[in-house]
Amino acid sequence: MSSPTSLLEVRHLRVEFPTRRGTLLALDDVSFDIAPGEILGVVGESGAGKSLTGAAIIGLLDPPGRIASGEILLDGRRIDNLPYEQMRRIRGRQIGAIFQDPLTSLNPLYTVGRQLVETITTHLGLGAAQARRRAIELLEETGIPAAGQRIDQYPHQFSGGMRQRVVIALALAANPKLIVADEPTTALDVSIQAQIISLLKRVCREQGAAVMLVTHDMGVIAETCDRVAVMYAGRLAEVGPVAEVIHRPAHPYTAGLMGSIPAMDEDRERLLQIDGSMPRLNAVPPGCAYNPRCPKVFDRCRVERPDLMEVEGTRAACWLHSVQTELVR
Amino acid sequence: MFVFILRRLVQALIVMLAVAFIAFMLFQYVGDPVSNMLGQDATPEQRAELRRQLGLDAAFPVQFAHFVANAVQGDFGLSLRQGRQVSSLIVERFPATLELSLVAALIALGAGIPLGVYAALRRGRFGAQLLMMLSLLGVSLPTFLIGILLILVFAVLLKWLPSFGRGDVVAFGPWTTGLLTADGLRHLLLPAVTLAVFQLTLIMRLVRAEMLEVLRTDYIKFARARGLSDRAIYFGHALKNTLVPVITITGLQLGSLIAFSIITETVFQWPGMGLLFIQAVQFADIPVMAAYLCLISLIFVTINLAVDLLYFSVDPRLRAEGKAH
Amino acid sequence: MAGMFTRFFDGDVWHSFRSSPVAIAAALIAVACLFCACFAEWVAPHNPFDLASLELMDARLPPAWVEGGSGKYLLGTDDQGRDILSALMYGARISLLVGFASVLLSMVLGVGLGLLAGFVGGRVDAFIMRVCDVMLSFPSILIALLIDGVGRALYPNAHDVLAFLVLILAISLSGWVQYARTVRGSTLVERNREYVQAARVIGVRPLRIMRRHVLPNVLGPVLVLATLQVAAAIITEATLSFLGVGVPPTSPSLGTLIRVGNDFLFSGEWWITIWPSAMLVLIALSVNLLGDWLRDALNPRLR
Repeated sequence: MSSPTSLLEVRHLRVEFPTRRGTLLALDDVSFDIAPGEILGVVGESGAGKSLTGAAIIGLLDPPGRIASGEILLDGRRIDNLPYEQMRRIRGRQIGAIFQDPLTSLNPLYTVGRQLVETITTHLGLGAAQARRRAIELLEETGIPAAGQRIDQYPHQFSGGMRQRVVIALALAANPKLIVADEPTTALDVSIQAQIISLLKRVCREQGAAVMLVTHDMGVIAETCDRVAVMYAGRLAEVGPVAEVIHRPAHPYTAGLMGSIPAMDEDRERLLQIDGSMPRLNAVPPGCAYNPRCPKVFDRCRVERPDLMEVEGTRAACWLHSVQTELVR
Repeated sequence: MFVFILRRLVQALIVMLAVAFIAFMLFQYVGDPVSNMLGQDATPEQRAELRRQLGLDAAFPVQFAHFVANAVQGDFGLSLRQGRQVSSLIVERFPATLELSLVAALIALGAGIPLGVYAALRRGRFGAQLLMMLSLLGVSLPTFLIGILLILVFAVLLKWLPSFGRGDVVAFGPWTTGLLTADGLRHLLLPAVTLAVFQLTLIMRLVRAEMLEVLRTDYIKFARARGLSDRAIYFGHALKNTLVPVITITGLQLGSLIAFSIITETVFQWPGMGLLFIQAVQFADIPVMAAYLCLISLIFVTINLAVDLLYFSVDPRLRAEGKAH
Repeated sequence: MAGMFTRFFDGDVWHSFRSSPVAIAAALIAVACLFCACFAEWVAPHNPFDLASLELMDARLPPAWVEGGSGKYLLGTDDQGRDILSALMYGARISLLVGFASVLLSMVLGVGLGLLAGFVGGRVDAFIMRVCDVMLSFPSILIALLIDGVGRALYPNAHDVLAFLVLILAISLSGWVQYARTVRGSTLVERNREYVQAARVIGVRPLRIMRRHVLPNVLGPVLVLATLQVAAAIITEATLSFLGVGVPPTSPSLGTLIRVGNDFLFSGEWWITIWPSAMLVLIALSVNLLGDWLRDALNPRLR
């Protein structure tokens, strides 16, 4: 469902990887959208395709991966088929990106200030002095103390959490409308994770930037996001408002994910888990990709692949919620 | 940082002493210096006298200390082949080798780095693949063969350039240079190119490999995600990160240039230290061999030290070593 | 053993080989040269070392297709009437022999020391690595020259076999460091793996651990190194022989032939030096190509 006010629309995106042994379909008909200023969480297991979705959106898929079909629209304009130079101008200015490991995201041979000023002057056309002032402001906004001195330090002189703040500052330097954050806290200490997430949320709200937050941590999703998309084997299983998806999951996979999180007030001997594992990309079963593991599976699941269907409040790709099934029951 | 320099100096000293030791062993035990000097028909009294004079009857450590003391002053005795002071021979020949090596290094770096960058950025295209194939050829051609081929083409067939010797040289005190005369430059060209080819190939392959590695890193990906221009990414970020490890290896290569000049000087009859050394090996002229060994080691150790210091000043991460976070 | 073969032919390496025309061409050329070298007595049209069969009348003949040449000597003759083509094959044999022997020796020495350094660790490791560092800062040609020179000085009237041994030793000692470092690195990685620690706790002897666990993992890079080193060794030997301090003159290698032919370059008899040069380059190039291809094929990141 696309509305004229969507900032980002992804329609029927397919990403494939041609290999010697055949073509792997890494993203299979993925569609969702993000409204301006909204925080969308994208959650799923490793290999489900979350990071690839982010990479496809900013146009930095690692070759030989490529977009096979589908569209990506930013503010109503297609960006998936733009020539390199035009896409480059969009990157950083309209769409920012944050990656997982702050240690390797920054060039160790250049000062933090130089990397910031470079980004600012590339997109905002400010003079050197103005750009430097803006850079110091950004560092202060992201909570780095003594920004005026630290701006001339090298990345290795910052701690892990501080570095990720610098990375956030860099991503926000040109005031983009959308930030694609790929597991921004996974590489950090647990005590720092919460700080960074709340920082991200705050500065994005202040600048009015939307966020696509890719993570495997449901806790972060619950705390931070407005809506959440659940991915499985390169497909979307469910997408909807956070409260709905967490408390009333419509897709059995989401229900399994929620169920596996132990509650604080429960007494448990064994952790609940979903039996089996996510299929490899070259061995996705026909019909619904989840059918071998689904406790509620029936015949139609094994044959036909479900599209995203409306359920009260959310949308889920599950035959349980199709109108026909209702009728049969 | 001071500690670092001190440690490296001590290491260098140890290496020099080890080399001096090897040179000393050569002197003492390979061939008999006394027979070498006096010939086979010397009487036992003459031998004993010379032994005493040379201090060969003293204890081992004393002889070694003597040797080192002499070596530091540059005194290695007389050449067995030519009967002259080894030190004066070396001083005479040193400028020729140094000039040749420096010019070759300039050629190798000046062409190797840009070609390597080109081969990395235009990877997969025809030009880059052609370069890689040529580089493989460069590594498979022994230096002496390159010299012979160049002589064949430019001296024998085309008759454009001379094929041996140094040509006209200008003397500044003990130093002689061929760079200031047209004739000297013409003589310098073929040998320098010959010497440079192998290094050029290595540098090109190294730069290409390093650059490809760097282009795969996260910080380059992040720079791209920030929308920086290609020029900023390739020549701002990638190039600087590529050149840092290249510096070390190139610096060491400079040392090997001086060693490889042995071959080039032989092919072109270039009157340098290398030719001197090879003649010494053929003749088993131990004093010259020992002196060359010590001098070369000194040069290598100095170059290594200089490269380490350079590395230090370029990579900010090393400067922080020892400083608390 | 058979299992290893079937796995090889099914695997990526073989597939990569089949799909690379360059690798196939290089392998064919290398095999052809190897064949000529090994079976020179049967393949070569003449025996250049049989003094009785030489005819001085046939000296300095150009190649067969040039005016003045003769079909009997396809690539021409040298100043003594020896057939260049045959001399090539015998010379290649000497070059390849020295090359392979040196690499084998380097490999044994380097792999052994690397395993020792990696497994035992501590002062032994530090010492070996220091030696490696120092040796690496000296170019191999210099080390080879030095050892050769010392050998010569020690045994000035040595007979041929000794001269060969000194040569092989010289080249090996200048090339073992790379193996040692690579193997040491892999050994360190493997040594810290849990299954090795478990084996040590159970009491499996270190030698067995090294042989069964570390060695297979190290084989790939060592193989690549060895291939590339064969080319380097052949070139080093040719250089030493060219400089006059390599193989004894009674068993001329390609380098010797080039040196001898060099004297005739100015009088226009180019073929005496060019054909041995071409053979040398062909061998070195094909082996280098194979080594390069092997390195890419075995590099998991490039697949």
